[in-house]
Amino acid sequence: MTTAPVVKTVLESECKRMYLYDDFDRTLVTERVAEFRDQVARRLSGELTEDEFKPLRLMNGVYLQLHAYMLRTSIPYGTLSSEQLRMLAHVARRYDRGYGHFTTRQNIQYHWIKLEELPDAMADLASVGMHGLQTSGNCVRNLTTDQWAGVAPDELEDPRVWAELIRQHVTLHPEFSFLPRKFKIAVGASAHDRAALAIHDLALRLHRNASGETGFEVMVGGGLGRTPFLAKTIKPFLATRDVLSYVEAILRTYNEFGRRDNIYKARIKILVHELGAEAFAKEVEAEWRNFKDGALALDPAALAEIASRFTYPAYARLDDNPPALAQARRADRDFDVWMGNSVADHKIPGYAIVTLSLKPEGGTPGDATAEQMDAIADLADRYSFSEIRVGHEQNLVLPHVAQRDLPEVWRALDAIGVATPNVNLITDIISCPGLDYCSLANTRSITIAQELTRRFRNLDVARDLGRLHVNISGCINACGHHHVGHIGILGVEKNGEEFFQITLGGKADEDAKLGALVGPAVPYDQVADVVEDIAAAYVELRARPDELFVDTVKRTGIEPFRERVYATR
Amino acid sequence: MEHRSSFGFLVDLAHPMTSPLQQKIKITGPVVVTANRVGDGAVVYWRADGGWTTNLGEAAITADAGVARALASAAIADDLHAVGAYIAPVKLTREGEVRPGNLRELIRQSGPTIDLPVTFGI
Repeated sequence: MTTAPVVKTVLESECKRMYLYDDFDRTLVTERVAEFRDQVARRLSGELTEDEFKPLRLMNGVYLQLHAYMLRTSIPYGTLSSEQLRMLAHVARRYDRGYGHFTTRQNIQYHWIKLEELPDAMADLASVGMHGLQTSGNCVRNLTTDQWAGVAPDELEDPRVWAELIRQHVTLHPEFSFLPRKFKIAVGASAHDRAALAIHDLALRLHRNASGETGFEVMVGGGLGRTPFLAKTIKPFLATRDVLSYVEAILRTYNEFGRRDNIYKARIKILVHELGAEAFAKEVEAEWRNFKDGALALDPAALAEIASRFTYPAYARLDDNPPALAQARRADRDFDVWMGNSVADHKIPGYAIVTLSLKPEGGTPGDATAEQMDAIADLADRYSFSEIRVGHEQNLVLPHVAQRDLPEVWRALDAIGVATPNVNLITDIISCPGLDYCSLANTRSITIAQELTRRFRNLDVARDLGRLHVNISGCINACGHHHVGHIGILGVEKNGEEFFQITLGGKADEDAKLGALVGPAVPYDQVADVVEDIAAAYVELRARPDELFVDTVKRTGIEPFRERVYATR
Repeated sequence: MEHRSSFGFLVDLAHPMTSPLQQKIKITGPVVVTANRVGDGAVVYWRADGGWTTNLGEAAITADAGVARALASAAIADDLHAVGAYIAPVKLTREGEVRPGNLRELIRQSGPTIDLPVTFGI
């Protein structure tokens, strides 16, 4: 077979899969559970006050929301084994209300957890190496990356090895456990940015320089919230050997100069903005020079050890596009539509990347039931080398499906409601939990998303609109990434009523942009109508059928959309 | 249930829904003191005789700022049983029933306005 040499090369060097925890990791997580069990017991007995207990629970990812405690569980760089997904299902079933919510940081949240049962839930999670460490608090949060890491054809190398290296360095790092504010890091390694790098406090993009050497573009100061900024490049090329020391220098600089007097000005984006990227970079470089060739210079053996703990799938040697697949597409239009929407090319011949939509009509974006999680874990075992990914768009991925198995996989996914062919379409909505769960929210967001999935239930219409991301946040904290939605929706409160600001033209890819406000906020019951008006205006304004929504907005500006939206309002 | 309707929700204009954590206390009508129970996070209300109830109808109600602050102080002092006590608006119907004063409090009392995820036939 002509593909054999390619497969061999890739098998040996690039297709790293699951990271396997070692004894150190297991001990750390297990000891943390025992520690937290004691803290919960002391809280319930009154030995600890809430003021004393709150920072302890937050360090374990435990929040208090409107109705109950919420447990946020870390899924490092969005990679899950089937065993871990089954455990997530078990926790949902045993300790929650039978479902979990996948988030834009590639984590999962449980919204109905009881404090009394949290230590047991955490112990169960720890049995598969999972925990809530650093999913809250002013520390380095869960590192995120491309959900197609390790399998994307356009990838330079698997970014998860670098993410894991950094994760190990910053986990429980005493100097970075009390930063001025939370700190989010993303790592990417593809030409096309699927990790929303530009909206992170620190983003590392792996690329090659003119000499063919591999290194990182270092971007800092991105973030959304009430003061959105896109990250600025402070170092176009950082040699890979320097990645840990440079990350350390950035964190030290932020720790020293970041504001602690005002929570709204404490993120690194404000520091970078106020100092200027160039001045901030000078501070980082000055700090870095003090120790760049010291203990944090990359130890190839340490990196090799981490890389060795990502195991390798035993891919079969297969040809691309087997004839039976083409026949199946011709025989069933629904399957053909799904193939065109939810299946992407894989770097290994004969395999495909399958996105599972967690955005069914009328559903809550990112929610999955325990039964769905169990079924997906079974499918991963059977068809995807026991591996699942979580994307920041709140969908799941089976990253290694043989193309010959796609018809069978589709039928199985459809049977459990995760094969809606709406990936990247107008109903593939990113949404925060909003006022239905969150104590910070000013308005609901899920109900807006649900109404939009009903309005655009006709997938022919949605497909005609093409790639169109709607992002919804129920408050200015922007957990729903509204600033970078092609259509962004932000809930605001006006005189006790829910109103929504609409922005257009935002993007979170390699050409990231913040959306522009289209006009005055509209009341709750007009939001879906406004989105319909915007979609209709786009169809009229686009230069040709394949001009994307964001490209039309870029070409025309928002004025024609503004006129359409407010003509009758 | 009334609050399950996605659109046309009636809210009290006198009582904004901005997170109570971000608000200054301003009492313009009847209020109660509410919090979350320590053990399970359930929504609870402070009773006139002290102690907590999950039934809004049993909550101590006042429109007097001084009384409200005194109730809140007593509730906050009970750190063993409840977390994050604050003053929340309520509405009294003509029949004398107590209702949450805004959408936030209605959702806290009655749960999310959405159907929780269901199993898709498996």
